[in-house]
This record gives sequence, C-alpha cells and structure tokens, in this order.
Amino acid sequence: MSAMHEPTTQQIKDEKLYRQMGMTDEEFDRAVEMIGRLPNYTETGLFSAMWSEHCSYKSSKPILRRFPTEGERVLQGPGEGAGIVDIGDNQAAVFKMESHNSPSAIEPFIGAATGAGGIIRDVFSMGARPVALVNSMRFGDLSDARDRYLFEQAVAGIASYGNTIGIPTIAGEVQFDNCYSKRPLVNAMTVGLLNHEDIQKGLASGVGNTVIYAGAKTGRDGIHGATMSSTEVAVDKEAELPVMQAGDPFLEKLLMEACLELVKSDALIGIQDMGAAGLTSSAAEMASKAGFGVEMNLDLIPQREEGMTPYEMMLSESQERMLIVVKKGREQEIIDLFAKHNIEAVSVGVVTEDKMLRLKHKGETVAEILADTLAEDAPVYYKESKEPAYFSEFQAMENTEPVVTHLKETLTALLQRPTIASKEWVYNQFDTQARANTVVAPGSSAGVIRVRGTNKGLAMTADCNSRFIYLDPETGGKIAVAEATRNLICSGAEPIAATDCLNFGSPDKPEVFWQVEKSADGISEACRKLNAPIIGGNVSMSNEVNGVPVYPTPTMGMVGIVHDLSQVTTTAFKQAGDAIYVIGEAKTEFGGSELQQMVEGKIFGKVPAIDLDVEVARQKDLLKAIQSKLVQSATDLSEGGFAVALCEKAFDAQGLGAEVSIPGSSVTALFSETQSRFLVTVKDEHAEAFEKLVPDANRIGTVTATAEIVIKGEENTVLVEGTVEEFRSAWKGAIACLLNSEA
Amino acid sequence: MTKVNVYVTLRESVVDPQGIAAKDALHKLGFDEVGNVRIGRLIELELSGTQAEIEERVKKMCEVLLVNKVIEDYSFEIGEVAGK
Amino acid sequence: MRFAILSFPGSSCDEDMVHAVLNIVGEGAEVVNHNQADLKSFDAVILPTGASFGDYLRPGALAQSSPAINSLKEFVKTGKPVLGVGNGFQILVEAGILPGAFLINKDLKFRSGNSTLNVENASTRFTAVYEEGQQITLPFAHHYGNYYVDKETAKQLKADGRIVFTYADDSHDGSVDGIAGVLNVQGNVLGMMPLPERAVEAIIGGTDGLPLFQSIIKNWSENNVSHA
Repeated sequence: MSAMHEPTTQQIKDEKLYRQMGMTDEEFDRAVEMIGRLPNYTETGLFSAMWSEHCSYKSSKPILRRFPTEGERVLQGPGEGAGIVDIGDNQAAVFKMESHNSPSAIEPFIGAATGAGGIIRDVFSMGARPVALVNSMRFGDLSDARDRYLFEQAVAGIASYGNTIGIPTIAGEVQFDNCYSKRPLVNAMTVGLLNHEDIQKGLASGVGNTVIYAGAKTGRDGIHGATMSSTEVAVDKEAELPVMQAGDPFLEKLLMEACLELVKSDALIGIQDMGAAGLTSSAAEMASKAGFGVEMNLDLIPQREEGMTPYEMMLSESQERMLIVVKKGREQEIIDLFAKHNIEAVSVGVVTEDKMLRLKHKGETVAEILADTLAEDAPVYYKESKEPAYFSEFQAMENTEPVVTHLKETLTALLQRPTIASKEWVYNQFDTQARANTVVAPGSSAGVIRVRGTNKGLAMTADCNSRFIYLDPETGGKIAVAEATRNLICSGAEPIAATDCLNFGSPDKPEVFWQVEKSADGISEACRKLNAPIIGGNVSMSNEVNGVPVYPTPTMGMVGIVHDLSQVTTTAFKQAGDAIYVIGEAKTEFGGSELQQMVEGKIFGKVPAIDLDVEVARQKDLLKAIQSKLVQSATDLSEGGFAVALCEKAFDAQGLGAEVSIPGSSVTALFSETQSRFLVTVKDEHAEAFEKLVPDANRIGTVTATAEIVIKGEENTVLVEGTVEEFRSAWKGAIACLLNSEA
Repeated sequence: MTKVNVYVTLRESVVDPQGIAAKDALHKLGFDEVGNVRIGRLIELELSGTQAEIEERVKKMCEVLLVNKVIEDYSFEIGEVAGK
Repeated sequence: MRFAILSFPGSSCDEDMVHAVLNIVGEGAEVVNHNQADLKSFDAVILPTGASFGDYLRPGALAQSSPAINSLKEFVKTGKPVLGVGNGFQILVEAGILPGAFLINKDLKFRSGNSTLNVENASTRFTAVYEEGQQITLPFAHHYGNYYVDKETAKQLKADGRIVFTYADDSHDGSVDGIAGVLNVQGNVLGMMPLPERAVEAIIGGTDGLPLFQSIIKNWSENNVSHA
C-alpha cells in the first residue's frame, strides 16, 4: 500500500519527525494524549496543519478575543469564511481580508494571484457574489533589484487573477519601507453582496448526508502551505521549498458561477473553501462546527498525479477546490449542476454521528481523529510579552521638527517618495471598472461601487501606517482604524464594519508579542469608538528575514455604506472660487512621519497623538456636512501632511489650483502628520452652513482657476509656489522612474 | 502515443514586445553579446497515428487553432512514433 | 429590438452588457450561452468582454471551439449587426470574422483606464449618432490590446473607411495606426477594444458609449420601417 514507505508511529516519535512539519514536542505530546495512542504519519500531518498558527490562531486567539465583533448590522462575525453585515433592503455585504505573504516572498506572481483567488473563494463560499477587490501591499523601498521584482510581479499576479475572473479592484494601498525588503506583505480583500436568505455556512451536519468534492483535482502542490506561512521564509534556501500551488482564475470563475447557482438549491447543507491545509481543514472544521463527523474515502478524491498518499492528498493546497455537504439522495443533481459549468464534482464521503474525521484509503482506515481535537481543541498559547527597550526611549524624546532648508524642494521630494507618489503604475494594471458599477476608482480616499437596483453605494479602503505602530503600537493601532474610517467618511460613506490582517514578526519574541497586544488594544478601542466592529480577519506571524521582524502591520480593511449615491465625494478640487478649509490644527508631531524618514533616514520619537473623542466628533461633523451636500471635495491628511494633501487635490482637477495661507511654524504647518485632520472645499454660498456644522474647520484659502499652488505663511510670506504640473509630474512618474532607473 | 513538439514563433515582420524587454534585461545583466531575442511558445502534444497521419493532423491543428497565422509561424518535431 | 449577448465560459462582463442594453438603452437583451447558440431570432449579437476560456492560448482563440461560432458566422451573413468589445473583438478576430490579430500590450502589462478616441467614420450603422471627428472617452481594460494588421491591410482598411475609431491619446498599447475599432467589409460587424457599455451612465464613467447603442437602434428602426 501507498503508505508503506512512510515512517512508523514509533519512528515519528523517536526521531521527532513531527518537528519537520512544524510541531513542537509539547504539541506532539498533547496530540498523543488526546487520541490516547501514537498518531501515524497521516494523522501527524493533520495535527501539524490544523495546529499551525495559520489554521488555529493558537498564539493570537487570546488577542483576537479583545476585538469588538458585534454590532447592530453584524449578521456573521469571525469564524466563517467571511463576515457579513446588513446593508438594508434585505441585502448584506460579505467581506474579509487575507494575507499571502510567504508565498509572495518566494514566487510573487503566483503567491499574490493565489492570495486573491483564496479570498474570492472565501466570499462566494458564503453564498455572496464577489463585487470588488481591495489590496494592501508592502515592499522594500525599491532600491534593491529583488524588491523591485517582488513588487512588479506581485502587482501583476494579483491583477491577473482579479482581471481574469472579472472582479474590479477598486481600492488599495502600497507602502514602501526597507523593513519589508525581501519579505513583502500581500494582503487581499474581497467584498461580496448577497440577499439574507442566501447566507451559507461551512457546516457538515445531518447524519448520512453526502460530502462532495468540487473543483480542481488534487495535486502535490502547496503541501504544508499552512505550516510554511507560519514560519520564517528562508530566503537563501529556495531549492528546499515545497512546490507552490499555482492558480487558475478561469477555473475559479466557473467554480464561482456553479457555487452561486448551488446556493439557491435546497439540497445544500454546507460549503467551505479548501484553503490553507486544504481537505484537512475544510473537513475537520465543517464537522467540528456542526458537531458531527465526516468519513471520506480518499480513493475517490480527484487526483492530478499518480500514487498520491493520504498524507499528500490531505495536506495538498491545490487551488480552486470546495468541499460541500448535500442532502442524501440529492447528489446527482448537484453533480450535474457542476457539470453544466464544466466543473468536476464527486461524492467522496458521508456525515457521521461519531464526530470523527475518518479517512479511508485502499480499504484501510488511515486516520481517525475527533474533528474537535483537530479544530476546536487546538492549543492556545498565552505568549510572553515584553515592552521593547526602544519604546521608553522614544517616549522620552521631545517632539522636534526635522531640519528643512528648502520648503518647495522638500515638498517635491516628498511627492516622489514611493509611499506618497501616485500609484497609477499599480492600479492601471487592475481592471477597475468590470461589472460596470464603479463610482470611484482607485486614486481617491476610498473606492466606491454602487449597489445596482438601489441608490446606495459601498465604499471600501485598506489602511495601516506601520511606522506609527512600530514606534507606539497602541496609538498606531488607533491611527490605523481612524485613517480607514476617515477615508470612508471623505468619500461620503458611513463606516459599518472592519476586517483585519495582522502581519507581525515571530510571536515567540516577547517584544513582537508586545506589539501584537498593544496594537490590538489600540485597534479594539478605536473600532469601538468609531463603531466599526471587526467581522473577520487573518493573522500572519513570523514575517521576518534573517531574524529581523517587519514593522508590525495590522492592516485594517473597512467597508462603509453610502446612503445616497449623490453624496459620493472625491479628493479632487471641483471648481474655482470654492473655499478651502482645513479641519484640525497642525502640531509639531513628526515621529514616524514621512518627512522624518526622508530627512533623518530613520524613524524615532513619539508618534502623533490621537484623541478618539475628537476624532469621532470631527468625522461625524464632516460626514453630516457631506451628506447635507455642503462639501465639494474632501481628503484626510496623512503621509506627508498638509502640503502633500493640497497638491493631491489639484492633481486630478483639470486646470485648477489653490492659494492658501497657513499659520504657525512653516515646517509643522506644511508637513506635520498630526491626526484627525481633513482638507475640504466648499462652495462659497455654503460656507456659513458648513462652518456651523463643522466647528473645527478653518478657512485658509480658495481654489483658483490657474493651475498653481501658492502656500503662504505668516505675514503673507510665500512658503511654496509652483505650477500644479511641476508637482504632478514629480508625483506621477516617481514609481515608474524608480523601477526603470536602476539596473 | 507519440509526442509532438509544436514551436510557435512571432512572424519576422511582427514586433515582439516580450522579446525586446527580455533583450534589454539581458543587456542590463551584462549579456552584451545578445542580439535579437524572439519569444515564442512550445506546445507539447501527445497523439496517436502513423507518421503521415500525425503530420497531416498536427498541421491542421496548427492552422485551425494552435497558431494565428496573421502574427505567428510554426514548425513541429515528431518524436519516435510509437510501435504497434 | 432584441440583442443576444453571447456568453462564453469566462465572459465575465456579459451581465454588464445586458444591463447597458436592457436597463439603460431600453431594448431587449438576453445572455445566450455559447453551447446552445441559436441566434436566428435576434436582431443583433454582442460579444461582451471578459476572459473567455481564461484567455488561454491566445485571447479569443479557444472560443472557436464553441458551437456558437458557427451560428455567429451564419448570423453575420444575414447582414444583421454584430458588435464585439474587448475580448469580444479578440474572438471576432480569431474567428476570422474581422481582420488582424492581437499582440500583448507594448509595455507588457495589463492596462485599464479611460481612452480618448476619434470617431473616424460616423456614417456606419454603429456610429451614425456620433459626429465625424468627434472625440469621445471610453473605458478600456486589456492585456492584449495591441492590434496588428500588416501595412497593406491597414492602408486598405483606411481607404475603405473601415477604421471606425482610433486612439487620440497614448493609450493605443502599440496598435497599428492607433486603430481602436474596425468594421468588416460588409459593414455589419464592428470590433473595438474600448468598452462602450461601461460609459452609458454618468455615475459610472460618462455617457459617451450611449450613441453607439443608439446608432444600432436607429439603423434598425429605419430598416424595419422601410421594410414594413
């Protein structure tokens, strides 16, 4: 038999072979104790995959419990393929963000593409039609050839998958910092729509019901992907890495259409994507969640390669596969339904009463473990947490201004920083308008699609300034949430729920775990105050190269509802003569700012403070003003501060410019990254009404009919003066220039 | 089964953007001796039949589907024809 | 007027086209599956964009294996209008219904955005509601938008007035003579890379695509009145 060459149970124990699969000695002992015997090779594989960080959240579970997950709109919180929020009219938005960091570090095109594919499946497995994609990516600063390659290929990969399947990418962010050199972060988010009655869950219930496998055949690709993504990538040992799972967006498109037809069938009991840890996790989780067992005959699994062992089949991460449970006796109609869409579907097992995950292969039982043991009862670790030495040092520093000699040159240089520069090079590679619902494409604060058949829209964004989180994770966590909600507000949307992708270094390092904890605290508090419950997410640990962790990067994905599409607001100036307002005052706060990184070559000190009560009040005021149609354009102040935001408002406005006067120290006024600030324009006739609604707004100037930017300081001194075109060309071409300039 | 390799290349008169990009990249990497680069595709077919049948059928497959003659040329190699 | 929206596996934008024709333009439109393509009862056929058969082999190539292609060729012979946009244009070219072929974009990347187009011929049944020389803005999204015909063919197309749209900006992706849309000899088949169905409502990117649909309808009404 096929498992003949596999090590014996005794060898696995004596030679500690489970370690190669990522299990610790304690975990192995725990597994032995739970099943009351030594696990065989296949079973050891099941344990190692299900108990990996990626599947079990064993280190992050205690942290995730801190997040607010409930709200009046929440229909499904964390725990399923994706979270669901009510958006009225019997409709709901379904969304989640997920990381594909490790695969993208090794083979960026395939890694990023399959990341998009996986999160799309998560959403349609809930019964929802995916309607928009958002992504959040981090790379080294492009001075290194490998980082340029990773960036170019990851963008192409994520684009290829989304474009081929026909779902528009409508928002996203890319930031560059050398902490991500050779260890990129690729986070993808999918937003779907469904009617309430179509909500599906991954449940294997009803004794005797049939387990059906649908989609691509199982191959030897991606074996142990879940374990791999929970460990550091050995960049110099590429030869030893397992075969990557490649994606087939065409097959996924067919699978998606079949599944969306399937969810209308009353024969369907439950459905789940075979994501990380493939068959193992889908079968064990579906059984465990439903309180039943699953027995599968592995001989029936469609296989792409010959002679696959149970271990290989169960651990394969071949893409575009779903596990489905249907009512007994209804198998053929479901198989026919898939066949109509050119998708192979076969009955492979049955739901049982005994709660076991039992696998048969060539007439023998090759695994028999309680599903709960694998899923629910995975170990939970309360990791050691320790405040890193740098934190108190930074906190003790005085806030100072970076030394700037030439204001205009500094502004131009900031506009060319890849994190600030136009991301056209990226989003021009995405089909941003497929499905013909895109109201605001990438390039504004948030992307907006309309919900066809209504006058509503959904706005979405992804945000995280990891420099702030590194310097001060709690404050930085608050800022990440606030920035996401600001971007929605500026688009005319009311934030309704959030998803997160917690990208960190190794949780075994107490200093890293401290970052996890503190940022989660900040995120939790801000989500509560800003009324954005977290309805799902993903944890990606051990993002390290040569033992150095990336900056803590808990990316926030957020969705908001635009109640009336005529309230959609964008960044760009609209009309000459409009009044320009800034909401909130600039303070000397440069810790973690783009200017500090640019001038000093490093970040340090205290991050900008954030008062969540002020934040909430200003967001409420501004949204009310936007909904009252008093606002022509809006944007929040983020990287680069006021001067960058002012320029950005002119870049997309045909032939318009601005003349403004700002008080205070010029470097602070121009470049500080003080929080809770916005830059908006208002028609002159609405100025009075606007000021009444938004008491923190200060009128600082006017939109002009000449395409020039003029910023004056105290006593009318000109601080910056230039044509919009000279700033735009610096900003627009910067990324392409960085990619092409070096050999 | 007999293995046939079909080589599809862009016609001489058609500009090959991928080939140009690859050439530039090779030059950047110090392979200065590289002149022209043309990128095509290899299609591996497994099929049955006599040498003559295979030749005729593969030619037809190329003309009908595998090759777009507006922009592409092709050639093919027939491996060892499997014995009866 | 009844439009068939011919959908191949992977033609992901079929519903966008139905929406444009049915809900915005206000004519009949239904998705016709590539396997059961009986097109006779329709007044017009549209091949939508997307990635039919995953764009594998060459975009548009594998659609030739669908039964629908033969019915489509029959339909073309009747002289009724056929429009292929984006991937639909690529299918028409691969099927030999329109001249030319598509290469990968000059800069090798997938590109999307808005392109400014010149209406080169406003006397076709697809463009009569536009004005000759008018500049319009339509979205596009493609990886193989680099239209190729040899020099002679390009010259002939031009002489025959079969170049309907050209790119007025640098969004041509390498297309010969900036060709964005071409007609067949009989003038009843138009293929174009820009996507008019994405520009039929102000809220989603303008209305410059509307006159194209209106032109088809106008021509149809005129013919049907004259036959009555």
